[in-house]
Amino acid sequence: MTSYAMGKKQRRIARTAMLYVLLGLFSLSTLFPLLWMISTSLKSGDLIFEIPPRFWPDGFHWENYSRAVTEINFFVLFKNTAVITFFHLLSDVFVSAFVAYGFARFHFPGKNIWFLLVLSTIMLPGEVTMIPVFIGFSEIGWVNSILPLVVPGFFGGAPVFIFLLRQFFLSIPKELEESATIDGANSFTIFWRIFLPLSVPALITIAIFSFQGSWNDLLGPLIYLNDEDKFTLTLGLSMFKGIMKVEWGPLMAGSILALLPVLIVFFLAQRHFVEGVKLSGIKG
Amino acid sequence: MRFKKYEGYLFISPWIIGFFVFTIAPLVFAFYVGLTEWDTFNKPKFVGLDNYAALFKDEDFIKALWVTVKFAAISVPLGIATSMLIAILVNTKVKGVYFFRTALYLPAVVSGVSISLLWKWILDKDFGLINLLLSKLGIPPIGWLTDPAFVMPSYLMIVIWGAGGGMLTYLAGLQDIPKHLYEAAEIDGANGFRKFRHITLPMLSPVIFYNLIMGIVGAMRKFGDAYIIGGAGNEGRFYMIYLYENAFKYFKMGYATAMAWILFVIILILTLLAFKSSSAWVYYESEVKPRARKGR
Repeated sequence: MTSYAMGKKQRRIARTAMLYVLLGLFSLSTLFPLLWMISTSLKSGDLIFEIPPRFWPDGFHWENYSRAVTEINFFVLFKNTAVITFFHLLSDVFVSAFVAYGFARFHFPGKNIWFLLVLSTIMLPGEVTMIPVFIGFSEIGWVNSILPLVVPGFFGGAPVFIFLLRQFFLSIPKELEESATIDGANSFTIFWRIFLPLSVPALITIAIFSFQGSWNDLLGPLIYLNDEDKFTLTLGLSMFKGIMKVEWGPLMAGSILALLPVLIVFFLAQRHFVEGVKLSGIKG
Repeated sequence: MRFKKYEGYLFISPWIIGFFVFTIAPLVFAFYVGLTEWDTFNKPKFVGLDNYAALFKDEDFIKALWVTVKFAAISVPLGIATSMLIAILVNTKVKGVYFFRTALYLPAVVSGVSISLLWKWILDKDFGLINLLLSKLGIPPIGWLTDPAFVMPSYLMIVIWGAGGGMLTYLAGLQDIPKHLYEAAEIDGANGFRKFRHITLPMLSPVIFYNLIMGIVGAMRKFGDAYIIGGAGNEGRFYMIYLYENAFKYFKMGYATAMAWILFVIILILTLLAFKSSSAWVYYESEVKPRARKGR
């Protein structure tokens, strides 16, 4: 073997080693805080405030979890969050698809202008309308209920999803619906029986984004929900810091519990995250 | 069948209703509210442009704006560079790359209040993880959130930590770059850096552009983790935090609405600037091809 070939091989090995080092470093610094979270959630109260702090917990103090569950009224907050998230999912998936179908498959006067308006609402920061909408909802007495959080969604409140699904629907071949029309199907039937089933992967992707966004939302619940028994998990956790001064063990335990549903969904539906990028069509 | 012509309206009608009720009407109303003094309990009082004039004399407002702009100016390029680097690292065929991809993507999955609380705890001066690690290196504890000088670095650290969560768009972009471009460059004797500079970067530029826009908008609207984490010397009081406080703590609806309009204008200007600049550095494939034919 020539020295040149040797050099090339060595360089390749060095490159791979370097790659592993970088990947390892990045992954470690990503995972370390999360491990610290788990570790804290299992520590006893005394150990948490020990100087210097220690990484490993002193046994498994599961009572942090039971305290988190009782002290932030976990099950009630979990149920509240789940209800709001459920309605968001429902509206984001079905209403967005319904509207997107209208834009993708019909020709009607003014369509392009309306679609341009959809696009411009994507770019409009919600902060501008936040206060007037809040005032409006308080006028009709909806504040301190979940209605302001879920109702707008049923009126196409997620223009990004409308846009994404419209793009997806445009790629569905026309022949399918033409034969269905000959068989006497109306446009509702075609939407329900052809478009929705064909779009399941895209709809799942949207459902995941909607789920994540809704589960983690803080500002909405913060503005609209006042009674503790109506709080969402995010709101409960953000208040928790105030009630008990830095009880980090139970607080981290509660945070982990709140994250579990999102983590489970992620590991079940991993490949759809990647598909979401393809759906958005922002590639090179 | 006259109905057929308008059938599409049936399907888009939910959105049209929502557009008028939740966008147009509030916008018109917001225009008016921004010109009033209003605590929602009494009748609004028309004050003209007083809110806007008062804002520019309000030191807290200037501070919040400055903190937010500074954060956007540093965090957006930092986030883009880190996400892109991570995407390049995991866009390889080494063993275990799927593990690394999953691990690095986790910050996009686990987000929100839980993670903000985690960071508040990690950055704790006496008992936090960061200072624990620093103490192993013999560095005395830093008041990450209690010393105003370290509040911004703390927020930037969180951005870097989460950068893996933004890798997906870059990864998709990288995988779309035709292999033959690199092969051709290798034949011409291009080294790794030149390949990156002249192939990867231009080919990724639409993705970078997308993330630039989203990054600017996201940074200017930052709320969630700043609400939880805060920071000494108002260094953690971002624009939206101050807006929220004015509206829902002090019930100065007119003042807060004026802030919202200013935010809107700032975001609009920044986005337009980004779009204007894009023709100079964003390459779309349809443009690359004729260039290649010129034999460059």
